[in-house]
Amino acid sequence: MIPLGNYLLVSAVLFGIGTAGVFMRRNLITVLLSIEIMLNAVNLTFVAFGRQIGTVDGQIIVAFVMTVAAAEAAVGLALVVALFRHRESLNPDGFTSLRW
Amino acid sequence: MLSLIPLLPFAGFLVNATLGRRLPKGVSGGVASLAMLASFAVAAAAVRRLAGLDPGAFAISETFYSWIASGDIAIDLAFRLDTLSAVMVLVITGIGSLIHVYSIAYMHEEPDAAFARYFSYLNLFAAFMLVLVLGSSFPVMFVGWEGVGLCSYLLIGFWFTKKSASDAGRKAFVVNRVGDYAFVLGMLLLLAHVGTLDFQAVARAVAPQAPETGFGALSIVTLLLFIGATGKSAQIPLHTWLPDAMEGPTPVSALIHATTMVTAGVYMIGRNAVLFSHTPDVLVIVAVVGAATALFAGTIGLVQTDIKRVLAYSTVSQLGYMFLAMGVGAFGAGIFHLYTHAFFKALLFLGSGAVIHALGGEQDIRRMGGLRRELPITYWTFVVGALAIAGVPGLAGFFSKDAILFETFARGHVVLWIVGALTSLLTAAYMFRLVFLTFHGTRLRQGSGEAASAAPRDVDAHAHGGGHARDHGGHLHDAPPAMALALLLLALGSVAAGYVGVPHALGGGNRLHSWLEPAFTASTATVADHETADDAADDHGGGHGADATRLELNLMGVSSALALFGIGMAAWFWLGRRDRAAAIAERAGPVYRLLLNKYYVDQIYDAAIVRPLVALSQVGLWRGLDVRLIDGAVNGVGTTVSAAATTLRRIQSGSVRTYAGFVLAGVILVLGYYPVIEPIVRSMASVFAWPMGR
Amino acid sequence: MISPSFNAIVPMLCATAGALVVMLAESWRARGERMPLGVLGGIALSAAGIALALLWDQQASSFGVIVADNFGIFVSLVVVVAGLVSIAFSSQVLDRDGIPRGEYYALLLFAIVGMMMMATANDLLVVFIGLEVMSVAVYVLTGIRRDDPRGVEGAFKYFLLGAFASAFLLYGVAFTFGLTGTTRLDGIGQFLAARSMSSSPMVLLAMGLLLVGFAFKISAVPFHMWTPDAYEGAPAVVTGFMSTGVKAAAFAAFTRVFLSAFEPFSADWAPLVWYLAIATMVLGTVVGVAQHNLKRMLAYSSIAHGGYLLVGLVAANQVGKEAILFYLAAYAVTNLAAFGAIALLGTADRANDTLQDYRGLWQSRPMVAGVLTVALLSLGGLPPTAGFIGKWYIFSAAVSAGYYGLAIAGVLTSVISVFFYLRVVVMMYMTEPAGTIAPPVVSRAALATLAVTAAIILYLGVLPTALLDLAAASIDTIF
Repeated sequence: MIPLGNYLLVSAVLFGIGTAGVFMRRNLITVLLSIEIMLNAVNLTFVAFGRQIGTVDGQIIVAFVMTVAAAEAAVGLALVVALFRHRESLNPDGFTSLRW
Repeated sequence: MLSLIPLLPFAGFLVNATLGRRLPKGVSGGVASLAMLASFAVAAAAVRRLAGLDPGAFAISETFYSWIASGDIAIDLAFRLDTLSAVMVLVITGIGSLIHVYSIAYMHEEPDAAFARYFSYLNLFAAFMLVLVLGSSFPVMFVGWEGVGLCSYLLIGFWFTKKSASDAGRKAFVVNRVGDYAFVLGMLLLLAHVGTLDFQAVARAVAPQAPETGFGALSIVTLLLFIGATGKSAQIPLHTWLPDAMEGPTPVSALIHATTMVTAGVYMIGRNAVLFSHTPDVLVIVAVVGAATALFAGTIGLVQTDIKRVLAYSTVSQLGYMFLAMGVGAFGAGIFHLYTHAFFKALLFLGSGAVIHALGGEQDIRRMGGLRRELPITYWTFVVGALAIAGVPGLAGFFSKDAILFETFARGHVVLWIVGALTSLLTAAYMFRLVFLTFHGTRLRQGSGEAASAAPRDVDAHAHGGGHARDHGGHLHDAPPAMALALLLLALGSVAAGYVGVPHALGGGNRLHSWLEPAFTASTATVADHETADDAADDHGGGHGADATRLELNLMGVSSALALFGIGMAAWFWLGRRDRAAAIAERAGPVYRLLLNKYYVDQIYDAAIVRPLVALSQVGLWRGLDVRLIDGAVNGVGTTVSAAATTLRRIQSGSVRTYAGFVLAGVILVLGYYPVIEPIVRSMASVFAWPMGR
Repeated sequence: MISPSFNAIVPMLCATAGALVVMLAESWRARGERMPLGVLGGIALSAAGIALALLWDQQASSFGVIVADNFGIFVSLVVVVAGLVSIAFSSQVLDRDGIPRGEYYALLLFAIVGMMMMATANDLLVVFIGLEVMSVAVYVLTGIRRDDPRGVEGAFKYFLLGAFASAFLLYGVAFTFGLTGTTRLDGIGQFLAARSMSSSPMVLLAMGLLLVGFAFKISAVPFHMWTPDAYEGAPAVVTGFMSTGVKAAAFAAFTRVFLSAFEPFSADWAPLVWYLAIATMVLGTVVGVAQHNLKRMLAYSSIAHGGYLLVGLVAANQVGKEAILFYLAAYAVTNLAAFGAIALLGTADRANDTLQDYRGLWQSRPMVAGVLTVALLSLGGLPPTAGFIGKWYIFSAAVSAGYYGLAIAGVLTSVISVFFYLRVVVMMYMTEPAGTIAPPVVSRAALATLAVTAAIILYLGVLPTALLDLAAASIDTIF
């Protein structure tokens, strides 16, 4: 039996990796993936806690979160496509016509 | 019935704002003036009813509904006409009506749309001003307070094509914001401290307490309220906007910047006489600021060359008198002066308007002269106004000024009395300098003599300037009937208005004083507990011993002598031989320049506050913010805020990764608050003894 | 109905059904055929509004996770009104800008469903789902003009940061779940109240992460960076809708979670919110001064207004809670009027939203100028408008709760903010028209809606008690 703390540590590390990816990667697709990693890290946390508490709530929540994440990913990719059509670039630093 | 008083001008505003552009001038001006006259009639009827009431319950209240009510706050939307607001309402509607009528003639050269816009603003102003004086609580008063500020802003910048006009509007706005800030804080603090904002309730709550010694919560409240008053009423150090406000049309200067809005601060203190009486320390500040402003503005008025600016500084100076009266606790005398001042200052402004109108926009008195023969009506009414403000015995200004000076002396403020007396000398001098330079001597044609050597000034600055003088081939026209009527009625008022307050020393009953008395006390039930601050006033109003009579007569003699001396001085310098004045000016070069440049206050604000702040905030944001919050008062606020704004907006770089970085930084700050930041703040707080948390 | 358990979600079902009908109708539409889709949406929202009104004082609860108490109903009604007003402005704008009608109305309705869900949720997971339903729809609405690079850019920034912040919120939900074993707000509240675990790192972590998630949605500094870009990029009608609806819904959930579930720890979160409030008010106001684009200026203004709402949350006394609700409603109407006016002034090839475009508007479009003036004065908190009453309550709540610092900062910033609101008024009334741009044609229906919003702003300023009583009744049911 792996203790709860280890699960939490892994998910925290995953969450950190995702967070770092969001503002360190220079490709919009990778940035989207990083956000997915963050959400999955949270899923892991939910499952671990659910297991600890002894109910299935944690796992049910994960199903919801995955649905939401899918919807978000769909919209995100659509926006990336629209953006690429205008600018021919996937570099997040390239989109600064709105500022100040 | 009370609600009709502000609603009538408001209806006039609605008509002109919605239909005005399609109406001919006669109709839109007529609607506006009729609305004011009707309002005056209703006000007069209401005051008649008030006068018939039993002196014990000397007020008409009209509560419409509970306006802001929740939890422990309960503020009614209510009007209250008592003896004090009665005086104000009559002044506003009466003189307001005259100025409306006068404006029809004065503004007739404006295009239809602008004409209607002018009258809609003017009506709206009157409506808000009436709400201000009729409101029975601070928030209702604040509605009017903000409203008149807005209208004043719009009217100062009415001729917006002129850059100086829009600059002046902006300045008035910024300065008034400083005052409003203090005023709102004062209100909130008062609410927290006393638990109510109704004037009567505040007075009742405060009355049983002993006057505050030292500088406690109540003193902070009244000080903040007073700062608010200095903004509205152009007292040191927030006086700089009023002379610039003269960029607006002259009737506006007469109505807003001489007789009504600028007296709102004085009225507010009078309204809260009980509250202010309980903070004697603040009252001293009020008196000193008032006296200092009176003297300071009077000296500046002596050397100004723009006819309206002379009058503007004179207004600042007279307002200083009123604050002096309030500060020494002579609330009745202050309001008395407010009331007489409304007549003669409106008269003087409208007279100057007639001059400007006749000369096609000329405002420089060095280019005037000899107008006595060409503008007889204007001349004679103007002289009446000047005599009244100078305090020549028998005219309105004499009685009210005497009341203030006597009460100041009688309450033991000898130094303040000397300042006041000196100011009265100055008043006579600068007013008659104005009269002599404008109406006597010979007119200097443009580009010759003194005018050519004078400081360059934009002659055609007046956007009004179609140039009457040109139209009429050099022959000047006196005021047209509508303007003349207003001038004559105001001249009559300037002579007669003082007789409601003839002091006992001269065998009068000082009816105004006893009329106003109930407004300055908490209520009939609690007056008896608290009369200490009004002892001197009681001597004055009640028994009036032989000593007091003799003292008052003596003081009266002194101030009359000073007034006559001032007029004589002006005649000696500017009537016969103007070169004497020039010679003096040359000999006293530095002093003259100091006065001419208004003690360099604007420049000092600019150099001492604005520029360093701009520099600082560009170099270091933190310092800029800090300094700005502490003392970026007056002129600096607008400039510095926008400097900070241009710096801060650069953070918004447009790069989404920067944004994500900020979110992450925020997360780290939030999550790190308890383990890291909070202990540090706590230890620093203990080192510097900061008040923590709240 | 089938079972009383469904009562609390009837309003959401109405709006959802409306959205589905609009979507289906659009897909069966013949090319070139005009359909009154806006009217359909309006009917659905009106039905939702009626359902909400019927639920008033019923304390209906669906399965324990959606609670239609008066608080939730109040905020839901604000959202529904925001939706109705937006629909009234939309018709003209959609034709002009070539925005697909079916998608637009369906997304608007779905966003409202999400907002209502957030306002009535009694479960952290439902809060999260509502937030995502709302957000996903609003992301798309922001970028609905796909041919406009700025719109897409704004939408993308909003989406990316929104998803980023949602992950933090969800992480907070996870920790709360792990700590208390439930995601129900009442359960969490009981659990935390029973164990006074002050300064337990786990609680602080969960609370901090949730705070971040909500602070992002209400654009509190420093989580505000998306706001100006998204508000400027989106069509003005959408900006008006999201600056009111999103803020109201997010604030409702924020208030409910922190004042019911995390109430026992208010001493721990109040100082944090105190700092957020100060930073938000100051930055929103100061940077607003430097803006020349009206939409962007109002975006900073809306940031500052979020700060004022936070003041009410920190004060958290009876007056403060009522003030939050009143302020939300007053702010919603005001902002809708302002953005509505901006939207109606645009033309097909020009947005007409820079300060210079408002030169002399008083002469070319007096009615729009008048409404915009009322709205701006209300945003600046000048009497007698709704904004003044709202600010008055917020600040007096702060003073009576002893937070003098907040009151001083709040009054100072609102005094400064009047500067930039009035600058627009000056442009409209005190300058000559530029004359280069032909004034756009504004439909009568839109003008009538503008007039109604202006009338409501003045009504709430003159007669605020009716709404305040409602707000008080809403507060009584939950706190």
